[in-house]
Amino acid sequence: MSESTLVLGQLFNGISVASILLLAALGLALSFGLMRVINMAHGEMVMVGGYLSYMSIQAFGQGPGFFVGLVVAFICTALFGALMEATLIRRLYGRPLDTLLATWGVSLILQQAARSIFGPTGVEVTAPAWLSGSLALGGTALTGFAVPAVRLFIIVLAALVLGGMTLILSKTKLGLLVRAVHQNRAMAEALGANTRLVDLAVFSLGTGIAGLAGAALALMAPVTPTVGQSYIVYAFLVVIVGGLGSLTGTLFAALLVGIFSAVTQIFTSVSVADVLLLVSVIVFLQFRPRGIVFARSRALEET
Amino acid sequence: MEKFRAARRFCGSIAAAALLCSAVPAPSGAASDTVMVGVLHSLTGTMAISEVTVKNATLLAIDQINASGGVLGKKIEPVIEDGASDPSMFAQKAQKLIQQDDVVTVFGGWTSASRKAMLPVFERFKGLLWYPVQFEGNECSPDIMYSGAQPNQQILPALDWAEQKGYKSIFLLGSDYVFPRTANLILKKHIEHDSGTVAGEEYVPLGGTDFSAVINKIKVAKPQIIFSTLNGDSNVSFFKQMAAAGLPSSKLPVMSFSIAEQEAKAIGPSLLEGSYAAWNYFQSIPGAENKKFVAAYQAKYPGSPVDDPMAHGYVDVYAWAAAVKKAGTFDIEKVRKAAATLAYSDVGMGETKFATNQSLVQTAYVGQLLPSGQFKILWQSKGPVQPVPYDPLSFPGKTCVL
Repeated sequence: MSESTLVLGQLFNGISVASILLLAALGLALSFGLMRVINMAHGEMVMVGGYLSYMSIQAFGQGPGFFVGLVVAFICTALFGALMEATLIRRLYGRPLDTLLATWGVSLILQQAARSIFGPTGVEVTAPAWLSGSLALGGTALTGFAVPAVRLFIIVLAALVLGGMTLILSKTKLGLLVRAVHQNRAMAEALGANTRLVDLAVFSLGTGIAGLAGAALALMAPVTPTVGQSYIVYAFLVVIVGGLGSLTGTLFAALLVGIFSAVTQIFTSVSVADVLLLVSVIVFLQFRPRGIVFARSRALEET
Repeated sequence: MEKFRAARRFCGSIAAAALLCSAVPAPSGAASDTVMVGVLHSLTGTMAISEVTVKNATLLAIDQINASGGVLGKKIEPVIEDGASDPSMFAQKAQKLIQQDDVVTVFGGWTSASRKAMLPVFERFKGLLWYPVQFEGNECSPDIMYSGAQPNQQILPALDWAEQKGYKSIFLLGSDYVFPRTANLILKKHIEHDSGTVAGEEYVPLGGTDFSAVINKIKVAKPQIIFSTLNGDSNVSFFKQMAAAGLPSSKLPVMSFSIAEQEAKAIGPSLLEGSYAAWNYFQSIPGAENKKFVAAYQAKYPGSPVDDPMAHGYVDVYAWAAAVKKAGTFDIEKVRKAAATLAYSDVGMGETKFATNQSLVQTAYVGQLLPSGQFKILWQSKGPVQPVPYDPLSFPGKTCVL
């Protein structure tokens, strides 16, 4: 691989990292961006998704198990999210700091539960055979520009999830209700929208996407009780840079953060790239405190 | 404000109570026929995965010595404390063991950060720590017995082996903390000295999961082998993403300094198959004493592999017991002097003894991971290697005389 293919490779990596960030952040964009709930247990939903993927592979074997895992992870974490919303979050609306504490508690409980059930060492999720290779574009894996199949798969999955969510929000009845509640909760309620049901649906959709993300990301990273912690900070970062309440903003922020850190890593180490990233985010927020895309919403202006 | 003052007064009284407690002599289960020793490892938190097994091996040795009559006619009673993967907790618990429990010695520690945090405690309150894990050297204290490998007993033999095999161009990859940074500093000096090439040097934050950029840089650098001081979960991400990028260990070999049998089991041998590791003990080394050690451990903990830090934890207890017998007393000053002058002995990891610089003289091995999770031994040093705490190329002029 030469210097020029390094730049090309890093651009691809940037998009790949962006897709990972997007998967981890989309759920948060819903719960934090639309509902103002700071869900600290979001990372643990990713973790739970990873373990569900592991269990599906144990139950159904390597190839089909992985896809069953994606579905199971989405459904189970969505149900768990619904449970959380109905028992906990519902009582804390309008108190973002309290949701932070309560969901942090949930996050600790889930981590310790995973440690007790699966042990502290983590479990192994291996990619199905057709996902484990790489597409070499010119030269061999060592010399040319190779695109790992797993990374392509995650990019496609992130695009599908984003597309699906956009469709749901813009074309369905539920999407209409979500947008209405987001723009003006009191007015939507007055016009007969069942805001409780909308909240429940949005929150559980958010956790479901986190679970789906976890099942997919298990192909590239470890599945351990604490793995969620490594995603949560970047997920919040992306949502805030993107602008609360805007999926387009989340997409652009993920791309920006992913490509920025991949390109800076051409010149520096991972640690320095992280520092540069955080510094530029702080500077960026000085100039655009509401993020890349600023969605007009009475709900946001009131808080 | 009033509330705050009240809280301060309240805390003050707790502190006073704690002081009182520590002044009262420990409730002596230490009747005249037992002697207390401290066992201080992380039983919770991220390091628990590695340290719990070392604690188990330490306790196994204590049980065995007790079963054969104890030391100086006394039974050894371990006081087990949890360092909770937190260096300041290690320091706190070390002080508690020395002052409150009145232990005669302490076995424990894993990360260099935990050792560095405990060192001032052992110096100040006169204790003796037996430290079982390979480390970066560059430290020399009369209050610590270093049984884990010094750099010249693990990473430099691995480098010699790689150079003999014709690997000239080496990529250094590590987690970003003291051991990898110092280990790579020493490696760089030696690679340059032996006229090899350092193809690249990269660090990833501890626990980091994205290796895409590092792997691209590796591809640009085109090394013949990677020397990895990555620690913990990062290894899973690294090996998974290397395989996905078309570079499994069979294509681009990796020599790891932090992956032993326990880690291989946790990460999954299939992911690591074919990669190399350098240690002073593998479960697969020959020898009747090793067979006995492995059998005894697995009788207590079925299915658990045995690895280098565990063997060191086990050897430490036997070395301490032998030193106490030789000194005829539990007095720390006399025990450490006696420990440094013992003859070679073998309780599992081959012939070892402590040198006068209080580090262990031991054999170096290079192994290759098999699908079973065991290592095939490819190379071993010609006999035990003398420990050198200060590498002469990297830290010229520094010596360790105790």
